[in-house]
Amino acid sequence: MEKAATREGYGKALLELGRINKDVVVVDADLGDSTKAEHFGKQFPERFFTTGIAEQNMIGTAAGLSVSGKIPYASTFAVFSERAFEFTRNIVSRNKLNVKLTGSHAGIATGEDGKSAQAIEDVAAYRALPNMVVLQPADAAEAEKMVFALAEYKGPSYMRVHRIAMPIIHGSNYKFEIGRGEILRQGKDAVIFASGTMVHEALKAATILENEKINVYVANISTIKPIDEKLVIELAKKTNCVITAEDHNVIGGLGSAVAEVLGENYPCLMKRIGVKDAYAESGKPDELYRKYGLDAESIAEEVMKIISKKK
Amino acid sequence: MARKNLILELKQKAKDFRKGVIEVVYKAQSGHPGGSLSEIDMLVALYFYKLRVDAKNPKWDNRDRFVLSKGHASPGIYVVLADRGFFPKSELDGFRKINRMLQGHPELSTPGIDFAGGSLGQGICFAHGIALACRLDKKDCKVYCMIGDGEAQEGAVWEASMAAAFHKLDNLIVILDKNQVQETGRTKDIMDLGNVALKWKAFGWNTIEINGHDMGQIVKALDKASKMRNKKPTIIISDTIKGKGVSFMELNYRFHGKAPNDEEYKRAIEEIEKIDIKKFK
Repeated sequence: MEKAATREGYGKALLELGRINKDVVVVDADLGDSTKAEHFGKQFPERFFTTGIAEQNMIGTAAGLSVSGKIPYASTFAVFSERAFEFTRNIVSRNKLNVKLTGSHAGIATGEDGKSAQAIEDVAAYRALPNMVVLQPADAAEAEKMVFALAEYKGPSYMRVHRIAMPIIHGSNYKFEIGRGEILRQGKDAVIFASGTMVHEALKAATILENEKINVYVANISTIKPIDEKLVIELAKKTNCVITAEDHNVIGGLGSAVAEVLGENYPCLMKRIGVKDAYAESGKPDELYRKYGLDAESIAEEVMKIISKKK
Repeated sequence: MARKNLILELKQKAKDFRKGVIEVVYKAQSGHPGGSLSEIDMLVALYFYKLRVDAKNPKWDNRDRFVLSKGHASPGIYVVLADRGFFPKSELDGFRKINRMLQGHPELSTPGIDFAGGSLGQGICFAHGIALACRLDKKDCKVYCMIGDGEAQEGAVWEASMAAAFHKLDNLIVILDKNQVQETGRTKDIMDLGNVALKWKAFGWNTIEINGHDMGQIVKALDKASKMRNKKPTIIISDTIKGKGVSFMELNYRFHGKAPNDEEYKRAIEEIEKIDIKKFK
């Protein structure tokens, strides 16, 4: 299966979007080579603004561009975007400005760089900001669709992408819509709501479980806010057994978003899989996923454990 | 002669608005009088002389922008915008009150407001973005941004100052309302900024230093700044006095964010009424 990183999808789409929409501008804080915003910068230098290594000015500048009729995409590492969090809060989300923030190298999948670069709290932070849309694509193809969808959407957003290459599971006819989840695999015994890299781990876990005669739904929740409540409730009702999987702290991310929906609408058995409120370390992404319980085998084990609690 | 009349007219406005600031903050029993009184002469020159704005069309695409980064000094800009016709003067009575328009710190929903301040160090970054957009669109409008001297302790001010020079934004004019006092005391005692003109010069800016209460100097400085075409942003370092015009508020940090009581209110109004605009500077 063809593989690509979601950040590559971001960069590729940005370049294409720049060709057809002259209002699109990019603000970069010296990580364009990593976020892949550099493709746009090389093609459209007059619409590519660098602030140097200065994330606060990156956000403030993007906000100023947005009130002047531009459609600014601002990108840096997810973790460094957090340095400008209060700028995003007080200028962008407070005023509902049309700024498209992208955080790359999200989660412990960032790997060898270690704790400093592995953002595991960004979704929690941005989800708590009024007016913010929070997105996380499952593959490069979905990332591309998101970049285009955001150009049509008027308002602030945070798009979370990963460093590592992941299988491309969406075809060119896939239609992404903000706020809509997607069932990738049908099941009956349980449902795994996954996002980003963890969609692929969840799909692998489903195959492992199939051998144990356990059939699970796998749903891609690429819009974490506003979450597809209808889909979450529907699949919870069908299975009475819910698992969430994310490369993020178990506090405040996808697991919390699903728990919030179910707690108020359909309380049922639930297990959140994610980083267990701790920082990880340097290592290869797959080694880290194994050690910190995010790999397919760990997910399969957790699913079996929770299913055994079902009456 | 015409020039002399203009200056006197502007000075009279500033005197009226000083009273307005005190009234607004007194009625609300909340707000920031000190920084509003220090900035008011500059605001008058901007809104009644320099800025290309249209109160009937506040979002006019080709207007000059004014970013009040020191958003706590909102009473100052509110009395100016009301008088300039951006919204009814009756709104001033609702300052800081629930279900009313005029928020404690400015919001973009208020006609005439170009920046929602309240968090220091952000306005200059925002103005930097607007200036880039104006240049990209080949607009001839100017972007003015007022910051405080205490505010210049925020690192983001220097991020934007570095970038504006790098991007050669000669359509950006920053005004430093150097009123010498911040929330808890004198700026020089809390975090001395040293020689700000040298600092901004070293960052690659044009610098103009004036007495920020001398209307003649203010008008001249704005004219000079708006004509700069040397690929450098310009900063007007406006030496001011926090609380200017009310003796017991002058350089008194206690009136950074405190409303006058009944007695203080009366005294303040009396003092402002006694201001001789011909001698005021």
